Amino acid sequence: MPAKNSLKTLVVSSAVLSLGGLSSAMASNGFSDDVVRIGVLTDMSGIYTDLSGEAAVEAVRMAVEDFGGEVGGVPIEVIHGDHRNRADTGASRAREWYDNDGVDMINDLSNSGVALAVAAVADERQRHAISNSASNIGLTNDYCSPYVTHYTYDAYSLAQGTGKTIVEDGGDTWFFLTVDFAFGIGLEEQVSEVVREAGGQVVGAARHPLDTTDFSSYALQAQASGAEIIGIASTGADAINAINALAEFGVSPDQRPAALLLWYDDIVSLGLDTAQGLMLTNAFYWDANDETREFSQRFYERTGRMPNMAHAGNYSSTMHYLNAVEAAGSDDPDAVSEKMRELEINDFFASGGYIRPNGRMVHDQYLWEVKSPDESEYDYDFLRLVNTIPGEEAFQPLEKSTCHLLNGNGCPAIRARPWPGTSLHSSLAL
Amino acid sequence: MRSLSATLLALGLLALLAVPFFPELVYSIFIMKTLCFVLFACAFNLLLGHTGILSFGHAAFFGTGAYVTGLLVKYYGVPTELGILAGGLVAAALGAIIGALAIRRSGIYLAMITLALSQLVFFFFLQAPFTGAEDGLQRIPRGTFLGIVDLRNDTALYYVVLGIVAVGLWLVWRTVNSPFGHVLRAIREHEPRAISLGYPVARYKVLVFTISAGLSGIAGALKAIVFQLAALYDAHWHTSGDVILMTLMGGMSTVFGPAVGAALVSALNHYLDPFGAWVTVITGLVFMTCVLTFRQGVVGQLNQLLRSRRLSAPDAKVDARPRTNHQ
Amino acid sequence: MDILGIPIQALMGQLMLGIVNGSFYAVLSLGLAIIFGVLKIVNFAHGAFFMVGAFTAFLLAQYMGANYWMTLLLAPLLVALFGMAFEFLFLRRLYGLDPIYGLLLTFSLVLVLEGGFRVAFGSSGQPFATPELLRGTINLGFMILPLYRGFVIVAALVLCLATWYVIERTSLGANLRAATERSELTQAFGVNVPRLITLTYGVGVGLAAFAGVLAAPIFHVNPAMGSSLVIIIFAVVVIGGLGSIMGAIVTGLGLGVVEGFTRVFYSEFSSTIVFLVMVLVLLLRPAGLFGREEG
Repeated sequence: MPAKNSLKTLVVSSAVLSLGGLSSAMASNGFSDDVVRIGVLTDMSGIYTDLSGEAAVEAVRMAVEDFGGEVGGVPIEVIHGDHRNRADTGASRAREWYDNDGVDMINDLSNSGVALAVAAVADERQRHAISNSASNIGLTNDYCSPYVTHYTYDAYSLAQGTGKTIVEDGGDTWFFLTVDFAFGIGLEEQVSEVVREAGGQVVGAARHPLDTTDFSSYALQAQASGAEIIGIASTGADAINAINALAEFGVSPDQRPAALLLWYDDIVSLGLDTAQGLMLTNAFYWDANDETREFSQRFYERTGRMPNMAHAGNYSSTMHYLNAVEAAGSDDPDAVSEKMRELEINDFFASGGYIRPNGRMVHDQYLWEVKSPDESEYDYDFLRLVNTIPGEEAFQPLEKSTCHLLNGNGCPAIRARPWPGTSLHSSLAL
Repeated sequence: MRSLSATLLALGLLALLAVPFFPELVYSIFIMKTLCFVLFACAFNLLLGHTGILSFGHAAFFGTGAYVTGLLVKYYGVPTELGILAGGLVAAALGAIIGALAIRRSGIYLAMITLALSQLVFFFFLQAPFTGAEDGLQRIPRGTFLGIVDLRNDTALYYVVLGIVAVGLWLVWRTVNSPFGHVLRAIREHEPRAISLGYPVARYKVLVFTISAGLSGIAGALKAIVFQLAALYDAHWHTSGDVILMTLMGGMSTVFGPAVGAALVSALNHYLDPFGAWVTVITGLVFMTCVLTFRQGVVGQLNQLLRSRRLSAPDAKVDARPRTNHQ
Repeated sequence: MDILGIPIQALMGQLMLGIVNGSFYAVLSLGLAIIFGVLKIVNFAHGAFFMVGAFTAFLLAQYMGANYWMTLLLAPLLVALFGMAFEFLFLRRLYGLDPIYGLLLTFSLVLVLEGGFRVAFGSSGQPFATPELLRGTINLGFMILPLYRGFVIVAALVLCLATWYVIERTSLGANLRAATERSELTQAFGVNVPRLITLTYGVGVGLAAFAGVLAAPIFHVNPAMGSSLVIIIFAVVVIGGLGSIMGAIVTGLGLGVVEGFTRVFYSEFSSTIVFLVMVLVLLLRPAGLFGREEG
């Protein structure tokens, strides 16, 4: 009789569900005030693994150790998770960490899509989140929150650095190769604004999926556009593949690639022969001064590689958070938030750095140029400083930010914007 | 026997009802996600197990439910319960269209048509501005249920989800155990005979497609509300593959077998998650074993075991004809 | 000169790239069509074997110092052997049953293979160097074409035509075709049909692996490289007519061209257009463009 079988199976399924739930019990801890728990949510298996990944976790651990391993008599714990470059995976992990595992602060958040999604969860659950590797400025605009901090850099500073310099250098017409999610789109938007403000023209753009290996058809599209500058609004392996493809398909001498977000690690992958002359806006370079060298040496000993600006940011932001916790005397999110925005950041990463009311951490940004193989004198000697951009200039002026916190209004408004930080409106409004 | 299954059922339900009271034991959001897939898999099986139609594009319905509900609730302020209903209805309409096109062929060709059409749907979601493409439709407000229950409270949300899934499962059970369901089985067993008996077979197929799609849409809508996010993955063909996996593992010849499969796969994904890609390998191996040896799935196998146990009892009615036709 | 507002240079360039992609589609669909024709199984693992082929070449180069040409020969052979073992041990058991089980078994193989390689190598790609001989470019006038891509077209076409020849014009092929249509009768004539079937599966996946080696320098070697391809290849084979060899080859190349064309006018749609075509073909010409209606 089908009915009886069905009942039986329903019973089994209920049992399995509950049993399944039971075994998870042993793994998780309830929220407790006897520990300060930091979760590093990063890309541990995908395209951005080398840019953050395991090294990002190490950077946070280093900060915790240097801080002394405990704060206010309570131990500090570091856990990590993989967001797999998917906003839904990252958001559910963040939710579970906040709800179930007593995580007080989530760090790194490489991948802008994930960062935005987690920022929403952080705001809702009223716990802290710090993004070091993502760039979309939505974090300090529509998705701003007292509990969300955008550290290291953002798309605006990239546009002010690399973008502006190239435009002022004579790069008038632009064609973008944009990776199709919050990061690429946000970066394309910021640089486009800079281009237009300087009187230049954006001739076109081609969007490609994350982790594209074959850029041949995009290279042809870029060629066909005739634009002087081919802006590469992607990073990591995508940017490297794009640069290589443009070279392979003989982009004419009248056209030059402009890598809008280059990391130290990308230079390592490209090699100085290919990368020489490229510009990058990076908030940190291992060889900048004695303090950075000291930190980088220790980092190198632990991870076998030199830190990039995200790793340095992970360290610095964790320190700052712990300092705030100590100053506040508890891990209560509101008290910590207040202290974080009150205290200054003075370490190898930033001097006179501070966090604005909209969560934007302000500090000087630097424009670097990649040395030629002849100019490089020792291992890892890749970059030459071209310009220093003062913090106040490098980041979006407060008047332009759409962050609700700035109006004194306490309730988050839900805006009809698909990709915060861009002007791509949907025609739908509340 | 009846009292045994009734008791077990009651116990199981009690366990499910108690979930929010034991947050240290079990994470209610995980259970809610699993419940969504339970509904999805059981709805899917209306086509596969009961009508003999393999649809390779069911993610299109799941994703449609998620996006439509998300869109209405977030941008138009539609009350949550109406949003979920709308998600289900739009998915059902899509199911009618896709079903009508797909059933003009059969077997592998039908499956390919459903795959192709679901890819077109995926493309639509990829390009449509409101979906946020790779970032997903984020910050969908939970809202309230019937204006009374505040769904931002996870416990309240849990019972609402449990209730809706229960109703959905009841609908599946009712569809199977009805004259309509009998005709579906006839179509599965021997379609030409069903046609010769005068049944408008095409109409039945489209109707079951519609019901299956609508319930899948509701499952997707619920997931969007729980996670406050609708993502492209919900409409990706990998999700179509996931639901086939769940159904086969649980057992396609029973009504609620897929529910067990869904619970199994969800549990695998959740608890083995720290091991990264091992989840995929293990899921693949389990699936392979199922296809090679346990083709009736977990529940089907259990049923067979219990039945053979009963048959060996002295006064048992001998009914040696296998119940399942998928050996 | 412009066509529909697009400079002809751009159009020709994309079409050329389309032909390169079409070459991959042709080799892959050929393998899939052969497998379906003989085993009546939809080999969902075809994309995974493509990926395994690329990885095998990568590993041979990395750990055995094999050069590109050796890997082009060895990798498909090794993968074919693996495929034959899989067929003999597992796939064979499902022959009497509903074809869905064959599909599901190969689907589970995908999970095992892709997951396994991801465990071993992570998700990011391994670079694979273009062979020395084929570095460099030729100037076609309307575009600069890297030599290697030209080679891909040639190699793929040669392989496809050779396979077609074997199947349609040799006695081995005749046996194969006979076994497809009337296996008991063929067996009665002394042909070892089961062995032929195993061999066929091996050849089919070997072709996929060959395509994988060809693809390695262009697409980089990563565990997901076959995943998005596989449903496109299905579509190609269905459009061409399941079981039709020439249909698979022609449709594969044709799709490459169609995609290239689409990329010029509506580039986002280029990877989806195949499905639109498939729906239309299935509804209007049920057996596919070159197929014969099967029972």
